[in-house]
Amino acid sequence: MDTIVLSDDAVVDLQAEFEASNMDEVMTKLDRELVGLKPVKTRIREIAALLLVDRLRKKFGISTGTPTLHMNFTGNPGTGKTTVALRMAEILHRLGYVREGHLVSVTRDDLVGQYVGHTAPKTREIIKKAMGGVLFIDEAYYLYKPENERDYGQESIEILLQCMESHRDDLVVILAGYKDKMDRFFLSNPGMRSRIAHHIDFPDYRPDELQDIAMLMLAEQNYRFSDGAAQALKEYIPLRMTLPHFSNARSMRNALDRARLRQANRLFLERDRPLTRLDLITIEEPDIRGSRIFVEGRLEGEPEFAPAG
Amino acid sequence: MMTNPGNKVTQGQFSFLPDLTDTQISAQIKYALKNNWAVSVEYSDDPHPRNTYWEMYGNPMFDLKDPAGILMEINNCRKAMPHMYIRVTAFDSTKGWEAPRMSFIVNRPPNEPGFRLLRQERDGRSQGYTIIPYATDRPEGERS
Repeated sequence: MDTIVLSDDAVVDLQAEFEASNMDEVMTKLDRELVGLKPVKTRIREIAALLLVDRLRKKFGISTGTPTLHMNFTGNPGTGKTTVALRMAEILHRLGYVREGHLVSVTRDDLVGQYVGHTAPKTREIIKKAMGGVLFIDEAYYLYKPENERDYGQESIEILLQCMESHRDDLVVILAGYKDKMDRFFLSNPGMRSRIAHHIDFPDYRPDELQDIAMLMLAEQNYRFSDGAAQALKEYIPLRMTLPHFSNARSMRNALDRARLRQANRLFLERDRPLTRLDLITIEEPDIRGSRIFVEGRLEGEPEFAPAG
Repeated sequence: MMTNPGNKVTQGQFSFLPDLTDTQISAQIKYALKNNWAVSVEYSDDPHPRNTYWEMYGNPMFDLKDPAGILMEINNCRKAMPHMYIRVTAFDSTKGWEAPRMSFIVNRPPNEPGFRLLRQERDGRSQGYTIIPYATDRPEGERS
């Protein structure tokens, strides 16, 4: 508790407060590890600024209600909603908004029970676990099933709403899901919409951003591309984007996983030749070109499909 | 029993101190959570020292990170049973311990009548003693 209240003409240093909070480090990390996502980063900066200013106001004894930080992330698959939620827990912890900074990630199954009287304790247990941190509800629209009036999802929503209001200091709730479905969900649950202050839309990645993401992922797994492979990936991305079930960064991850398989197989076939460290970490052009997208114009496990053009 | 004015039942930790505030309770629970003990809330209207097994209020709470959730349960329990003793127990499941490591009372009935001392005459002028809580004079369900 701040016991000393500054006098009205005292001066405080926002810069010093900023440095003390390590925000800079978190923001740089965010910029480095998350490609693109401009609107998301802007909003995170705004929230961080608000929390810092609030902290200074508190020093002057200016009371503010705790700001509502419940958030709603919408966006297509693979646009980084979960990754940002995880980062959000850390950021809010750094800023002293949440006490522990852990993330509890749940879906409908974790909140909604199977019989009468099962839902409330289940939801409460999850909420208790998330207190002091961030509760991340993925695909939140599944909570509400209008076609079944006896569905227990509604009960879970009501408990959530109540806790989001009365335990604002203890808990930050982040909902995530695809845009159209979330919009429909909020239409039928206006109370939920009004209790969420931040609606953040995650844009799709551009091809060059996807390329950067792929490079980051590779580096994380201690692989590298040969020049030819990088070029092949550049050609691969637009092709993949026209195919069905394209899910941004997740598709990149899957493509890289398959490239790793092909690389391993290629090395295995050349096994009479001694291998260097470089051989083991390099993904060559044929490993990318071997993709079915180049060969047959379709993905593994997908029906025959001719890409436009 | 003039050594214990007000007949405050002294069981578990901190029972000789003034009642803990919510902040102090949170700090104690925080310590338990830090040690990965499962915290649970229990209640009873029988303060007899041999009454070990109290009723559980909800399930024990595992995998919590922050005391706020437990404090919420304590307050719910206080609201539901203001006339009962409520205690918080922290159970350590580590092999070799498997026992409660902390236990303290967080709620007392407004009036604690204390215990009656019963003397029993035995053979050869020897005497046996037993105590009976006044709180249990009436049958269960009729106690306030």
